[in-house]
Amino acid sequence: MSRYITRLRMRRTYKWNGRPVGEDRKLKRQYYESMSISVEGKTEDATVSLGQYILIEGDDDDNPFVAQLLKLYTDDSGKKKTAVLQWFVRMCEVPQNKRKLLGRDPHPQEIFFYQDRSCDNEVDGETILGAVQIEYVPVQDPFPVGKSRDILFVKLLWDTKSFRALDPELMQPSQSPKSPPPSSRGPQTRALPTPDPSVMKRAMSGILTRGSMSTGKMSSSEAESLHSASKLSAAKALSAKRRSQAVSGPQVRKKLDLCSPSKNMSRDDVLGELLDERSEKTLTSKLNTSPTGRISISIRLTPLNLNKEECVSPLSSHSPDKPRMTAHDKDDAASVFLGVQPIEDDDPEPLINTGRTPRKREATPRRAGLRGLKARTPSRRKDSAALREPALAALAEEEHEDSPINTAATSRSKRKSAQLVSSRIKKQLNLLGNKIGLQSDGEDGDDDDCFIPSKIDLQSSSDEEEEAKIDSEDELIVKKHRGSGTSRSTEKTRVSARTPRKTPSKKTAPATPRTPRHATPSIPSRTAPARKPGNVLEEARARLHVSSVPESLPCREQEFQDIYNFVESKVIDGTGGCMYISGVPGTGKTATVHEVIRSLQQSAEQDEIPHFRFIEINGMKMTDPHQAYVQILQKLTDQKATPDHAAALLEKRFSAPAPKKETVVLLVDELDLLWTRKQNVMYNLFDWPTRRNARLVVLTIANTMDLPERIMINRVASRLGLTRMSFQPYTFKQLQQIITSRLNRVKAFEEDALQLVSRKVAALSGDARRCLDICRRATEICEHSGSQKNSSGLVGMSHVMEALDEMFSSSYISAIRCASVQEQLFLRAVIAEFRRLGLEEATFQQVFVQHQALCRVEGLQPANVSEGLTVCQRLGSCRLLLLEGSRLDLFLRIRLNVSQDDVLYALKAD
Amino acid sequence: VQDRCGCVLMMLCDGVCVQAQKLLRERLCHQKLPDQPVGLDSQYKHLLELLRRTAVHGESNSVLIVGPRGSGKTMLLGCVLRELMSLKEAQKNVLLVELNGLLQTDDKIALKEITRQLHLENVVGDKVFGSFAENLAFLLEALKKGDKSSSRPVLFVLDEFDLFAHHKNQTLLYNLLDVSQSAQTPVAVLGLTCRLDVLELLEKRVKSRFSHRQIHLFSSLSFAQYLDVVRAQLSLPPDFPDPKFSDEWNHSVTKLCEDKTVEEILRRNFNGSKDFRSLHSLLFLAVSRVSVSHSTLREADLIEAWRLISVDSKANVLHGLSILELCLIIAMKHLNDTYDGEPFNFQMVHNEFKKFIQRKSHSIHKFEKPVVMKAFEHLLQLELVRPVDSGVCKVQREYQLMRLMLEHGQVMEALQRYPQCPTDVKQWALSAFG
Repeated sequence: MSRYITRLRMRRTYKWNGRPVGEDRKLKRQYYESMSISVEGKTEDATVSLGQYILIEGDDDDNPFVAQLLKLYTDDSGKKKTAVLQWFVRMCEVPQNKRKLLGRDPHPQEIFFYQDRSCDNEVDGETILGAVQIEYVPVQDPFPVGKSRDILFVKLLWDTKSFRALDPELMQPSQSPKSPPPSSRGPQTRALPTPDPSVMKRAMSGILTRGSMSTGKMSSSEAESLHSASKLSAAKALSAKRRSQAVSGPQVRKKLDLCSPSKNMSRDDVLGELLDERSEKTLTSKLNTSPTGRISISIRLTPLNLNKEECVSPLSSHSPDKPRMTAHDKDDAASVFLGVQPIEDDDPEPLINTGRTPRKREATPRRAGLRGLKARTPSRRKDSAALREPALAALAEEEHEDSPINTAATSRSKRKSAQLVSSRIKKQLNLLGNKIGLQSDGEDGDDDDCFIPSKIDLQSSSDEEEEAKIDSEDELIVKKHRGSGTSRSTEKTRVSARTPRKTPSKKTAPATPRTPRHATPSIPSRTAPARKPGNVLEEARARLHVSSVPESLPCREQEFQDIYNFVESKVIDGTGGCMYISGVPGTGKTATVHEVIRSLQQSAEQDEIPHFRFIEINGMKMTDPHQAYVQILQKLTDQKATPDHAAALLEKRFSAPAPKKETVVLLVDELDLLWTRKQNVMYNLFDWPTRRNARLVVLTIANTMDLPERIMINRVASRLGLTRMSFQPYTFKQLQQIITSRLNRVKAFEEDALQLVSRKVAALSGDARRCLDICRRATEICEHSGSQKNSSGLVGMSHVMEALDEMFSSSYISAIRCASVQEQLFLRAVIAEFRRLGLEEATFQQVFVQHQALCRVEGLQPANVSEGLTVCQRLGSCRLLLLEGSRLDLFLRIRLNVSQDDVLYALKAD
Repeated sequence: VQDRCGCVLMMLCDGVCVQAQKLLRERLCHQKLPDQPVGLDSQYKHLLELLRRTAVHGESNSVLIVGPRGSGKTMLLGCVLRELMSLKEAQKNVLLVELNGLLQTDDKIALKEITRQLHLENVVGDKVFGSFAENLAFLLEALKKGDKSSSRPVLFVLDEFDLFAHHKNQTLLYNLLDVSQSAQTPVAVLGLTCRLDVLELLEKRVKSRFSHRQIHLFSSLSFAQYLDVVRAQLSLPPDFPDPKFSDEWNHSVTKLCEDKTVEEILRRNFNGSKDFRSLHSLLFLAVSRVSVSHSTLREADLIEAWRLISVDSKANVLHGLSILELCLIIAMKHLNDTYDGEPFNFQMVHNEFKKFIQRKSHSIHKFEKPVVMKAFEHLLQLELVRPVDSGVCKVQREYQLMRLMLEHGQVMEALQRYPQCPTDVKQWALSAFG
């Protein structure tokens, strides 16, 4: 919900105001009271001073961090400006799982006093965006209604565990005479009445800057901008670029208004028009009001409900110029955007106060006040409309018959005429008794229910028009969604369109609506629930299945501890790092890491360590190494992008500085599959953690111990570092322990049987999966044999032996034993021919001669060539023989795939 | 009146005969699953039990069915699935996905096919058939969503399993087996293959995820059992509409199996291969000879069928050669004998042939060299002779090295059977040296 006019993407310069007020010689610091922020291309400077509430640039553009400025100092060189802050958190910054602790829906403008010592309270002074207004509301009081959407309310305190009532004294610095509003100064100051920020925003969207043009998206409403987080991030990337290129000019939100007539206005145009408007306006307003006075007053008016009545009449008098008011508003907004901060009017600083008298403040131009009021109402309406819009539009589009769908332009014109009529009617009503007609504007019909009726509804066509635009565009968006999706997806859109309103943070909220492609299919559910295991053996089998999650992971305590310490230290320090874990398959690498993460998450729940995100990718579960970027990005931010784009976004994310960023723990399974010729995927994965601001911990898993040396080029291997760990294959004791702990006192196995299995597996591979599978098979064998003779019912040696035989004995011998007579003879012929030649390879012709001779010896009718070839091919398809060049016919080359001894053994025993 | 009666009887008999033939053909052409797989009882039980647990308990499993070609892997699976689906509990729950390594030649196609067979594509319109990566992520997500107790189990049947192992990175196998080893949607991965070394094809990570459960289909039938099977396969069932006909037929089959020549033929076939597919092709030929005029199966039918089946493929080609071409083949055979299988060229063959004409022949014309060359090229076309190295074409045709693609015995047999073969040619062929 970006309505912070302070959030401007432009180059700022920061300057100290006045002389240092104090100095710390030991630390070589110089303290200052205030700092002025000048925005390039603007003439006005904004000032932030101690005790004031400010906005800090964060990774979420729409919700910059809020804090109170406590100290400002510079280091010795005077270059680096540091600010010491008291943080406030928004609801969206509170971890998702803690939000319900609040016990009520948070007010959209609500923030919380943040009390957490672990959080760094020093930030770079140059991340300050500007000032913001915060009001303390006592706990029992309701939130004030009808205040500017710009004001944030503090009611409670959040100490990372719970919400508590906030002691007003903590807010003390703010209770005392407010810090000075950095109102506009300078030669060209032309402060205008501050309209509601949302109106301004809308107005601003009329102006297209280069940057936002290039995004080329028509995301007009907030709903839209929230819809597509990718656009948002694209805009972010652009704005970052812009910053680096030192672009001057009004930076505008990502919101573009297609139907706005002033679409292509440059800044100068705006200014020019602004001047015109001003001259026009001065006719209606008192000419002598100083700009500064006007702005402060307009703001003060906002919270006041007194002027309402008086404001009505001027409205009617202004009706002739109503269609133009859009422009007015826009320009006003623009001017505010150019650097004016909406803050309270109490200005202790004489510097700013000059040229303003209380008298002048009193002499509020009515229109200005009126505007302030009237602008507020529609903004709320708009919000609610946007909130409802997708859903309602999806359900009943007919309601919008007055806002045609085809083009925004036509809708606008039609709408306008309709509006004019209705507004005229309303005016009449207003004149009669301005408390009746307020609902009649609910032409949109759809937002009536959530429109909070204020006492006076000053329906100006400009507002209507704005709204019409938004309506129709919202509708377009919805239509887009509908067009591409099923009704189901629309439903999703509705839900998700609503959620981001409450929790607009990109970090936490699943802001991206699920487009059809995101639709998550699932295997249909079964009609009857699966049957539960009935007897001991079935129970044991269920517990022994590899998929069942064990209560604990025995035998990997050391590795667990090492990984735990590594990740924990990185999370606590807020640094990054890489770790490489190797081991043959089935030694519990992935399971151990998961266990570590589980217990870390538990301690994060209990606030022993800071929160972190866990992301897992698997080299085998992607089709191409570059898909790794896509998957990471999707799991991190839930947005979809092409691999290249995703790489760029991640690059930005991990290199951009942002206070209060969560640590990300990334598990990369089957690392060797991410190998590319240039190795750029691996390089990036290991390079990000080394960035200063990345806070990324990468755990990589692969099978070979020396993978870094074998396949990685030096710069990649060097970044991976030497934090390595090797999982040894399980020993038989460990395997035995694993089975025992899995069975967990379900008595199904004889001790000896368990030992046999674990010894056998340990000798072969040390693969725990194998061990479990054999045990499982043994229970099956036991079950079948148990029905025949009544034994102990336990899995005994014989069953295990049988299972082992099944799994490990080579099938070649039994295959040879079960082969037909001719096949056996042919194998014999092959060996005979090999012996004759002294080679391990022979042609079919040679073997066939031997074969015929053997047939005669055995008293069988010799086979002809075709039959011989059939026999040979059949043996080849089983891979008892290896055949090469089958098109060579008689000269087919034959080799044995089994050792000669095995063949002779198999044939002899027959 | 009697005539008419006879006619009706004929018609009736005709109908019965066609019916019997149809029934047997169905049986022999694998169009119908047998009631019970022969000699595979333990495997049948094992597989059924395994699949039943997947279907009923939601236990994930993976299994390979290994056996030589024609050993009845698909038949076994078909029978098991038939019984599984007859269980009420399983019928509604189990989803079946059938893939074949010869059809789904890479993972992309296989994924699409899986999505299609699981009817997931209508969840998302046609969008799912986007990129391979999306498709994989889509399917994995779908499978991940499910859990043991509430999702319908999915049976993945991978025919020609070994071919899936050749796919890039074995992504499909890894993911399927990984699902089978983790707490996701219950799946059973059934691989059918004839390769005994299939496990060695699997990558170590994939192999570790496979449960190593293998069901081998090796037939250990004795000849007596084999004969029983033949009898059973040829017999008409007791519920055959015309009991008189079926009695007669069955009686004739029993008699047939006791016949010495028939037994000899069957034994040869049994020695060649134990699988039923070769038996079926033999019996099919025999059954096809049954007609209204002789409505019982006789030994002559079987002998004729065997003759057709066992005939050497090249012998037929040799029968169609001219005398000159046959002479050239004999010359080549002598060259092979003389030089112990070393390759030869046309010139050598021609010389050998000339020697024969000059010294021994009385009946053969003295052909011009181009004519002989023509005959030689014809043999080349029939691929009875093949150039040694097709890569080198610079050599003149006469001097290009060739190999004879015939066995000694094949040549001699062809000579024996050649109609009106001149005696001197035969003698020449039999003589030790040209």
